Amino acid sequence: MAGKYKKVAYYPGCALEGTGHAYNRSTKAVGKKLGLDLVEIKDWNCCGAMEVKNIDPKIQTYLSARNLSIAEKMGFETVMAPCNGCYHNLKKAEYDLAKDEGSRDVNSRLSEKAGHKTYEPGKVETIHALDWIKHSIGEEGLAERVTNSLKGLKVANYYGCMYTRPRHIFPEKDNGEGSESTSKPHFMDDLLAAAGAENVDYPLKTACCGGAHALSDCDTSTKLVLNLLTTAEACGADVIATECPTCHTGLEMHQVRAEKVLGRKTSVKILYFTQLLGMAMGLSPRTVGVHENFSDAMPLIKEKGLG
Amino acid sequence: MPIHEKSLIRPENLVEHENLVIDGVDVSGHWSTFIESRALSDYNENMQDEIEALAGGEHISRCWQCGSCTNACTVNAINPDFNPRFWIYLIRLGMEEELVRDKDIIWQCVSCNKCTYACPRDVNPEGVMKATAHWLELKGHTKKKPSMVFDEAFSQQVFDTGKIEDGLVLRQFMKRTGQPLTQPWLVALVMGLVRRFPVFYLMRLGLATVFRPRTKGWIKARAAIHEYVEEVETANRKALGLDAKGAE
Ligand code: SF4
Ligand code: SF4
Repeated sequence: MAGKYKKVAYYPGCALEGTGHAYNRSTKAVGKKLGLDLVEIKDWNCCGAMEVKNIDPKIQTYLSARNLSIAEKMGFETVMAPCNGCYHNLKKAEYDLAKDEGSRDVNSRLSEKAGHKTYEPGKVETIHALDWIKHSIGEEGLAERVTNSLKGLKVANYYGCMYTRPRHIFPEKDNGEGSESTSKPHFMDDLLAAAGAENVDYPLKTACCGGAHALSDCDTSTKLVLNLLTTAEACGADVIATECPTCHTGLEMHQVRAEKVLGRKTSVKILYFTQLLGMAMGLSPRTVGVHENFSDAMPLIKEKGLG
Repeated sequence: MPIHEKSLIRPENLVEHENLVIDGVDVSGHWSTFIESRALSDYNENMQDEIEALAGGEHISRCWQCGSCTNACTVNAINPDFNPRFWIYLIRLGMEEELVRDKDIIWQCVSCNKCTYACPRDVNPEGVMKATAHWLELKGHTKKKPSMVFDEAFSQQVFDTGKIEDGLVLRQFMKRTGQPLTQPWLVALVMGLVRRFPVFYLMRLGLATVFRPRTKGWIKARAAIHEYVEEVETANRKALGLDAKGAE
């Protein structure tokens, strides 16, 4: 297992260049610390996010497949995408190209006209940042590198929707021992536990934050997020660990909105799991971009002696 | 949570009579509630075919009405009127008028795919919700909903440049939906960011137009996508029996 994902193609996606920059920064910092190489896909494009499929799903398949085709051309067998949305879309493209002739036709037609090689399914494997660390370093490897244990930090692990649903695009999940579960995912829990964190039993791991309508239907999103936040607090969590920039930004944004609009203040902090892992391995809060988060976790980090 | 079952009996059709005797039997008051009969003449026999022709609606005819989708649904938990199973039922029967009564909430599906996960028949109810929302707009039953405005602003930017800049999408969306950028919670959000990290975050939010992300060598892809989008739009309108080009 060791070394399986030692060097992979990196697909940051648009969010990680924008509002999710702290995730980009912490993912790279953690990779460097662990001796894992990330090579960014050259001239990548947006995967289609949550929106393009509502105009037409086959364009989304093409957009995602173009990135896979570049990764293949660069000689990679694996693409790592830390954003749930990107990860989901690349997986979905892989599935649709393998199973649906219509998607294949549109993809080859658009690829030809755009002047690049058509991506054939099965050439490149897409993984999430969680798979990447779990399968290349593992819990034991991680525990060996922890210098600044997260001991005493109570964490609610939040995975959101796109990491596990719909189930059929993730054939490797629910697939026997050691595989990820779609009903009760645990890869993030495993990694953070290895770094010393105390994971609380959070029942809303795969609940929805309303990210698709974070702006177009604010009230729904605020209600959904408030439920996530208050439940995390009721479970005794100090922090919600995230693994998706859309979820992360949605939680931060609607935490503010819940306070301003509904008068419901919550104080649970929101950090990317890569930020927590980085600090556990001795990286400074600044190196993992804690100052770029909206949710100000510095007082908590100081209190727990993490930075 | 129990499955919320929606009744086809409209509240305005429930009647109680203060004093009513039928064949010598007193049927006055609350214990003898009557339902006024109503004739349904609004069947649209093409409705299922039309939804099926739109992206996402392909598998609607597989539905066996188990209600697992509604039971699992994120939005149903906060609004019991949001009921995917019921809408699928109406569409399959062709009860257009009945469906149109919910035109202002169908678009609120958050695409969480809890329904898709739960559905035993691979109907892809999430897709059916999107197809239905799209159908309502194409048929002119409703104006474009905020989510469609957002999806279009977003997709346009991807098609044009290959990439997205969150701040630009935000501003365009607020402009197109006529919302001020000065809503108190947005201001609080921006001020909080500015306080801690001035220049960088202004750039991130695109408030200072410093850079525009774009994908190198995108021009040909852009032309190909635009051509394809037009084709899809024409095909959709044709499937719904509308003229070639719709009013914006
Ligand atoms: S995808 Fe839409 S319809 Fe399905 S469960 Fe989520 S909100 Fe409900
Ligand atoms: S879960 Fe599937 S089969 Fe059951 S009612 Fe919903 S769409 Fe129909």
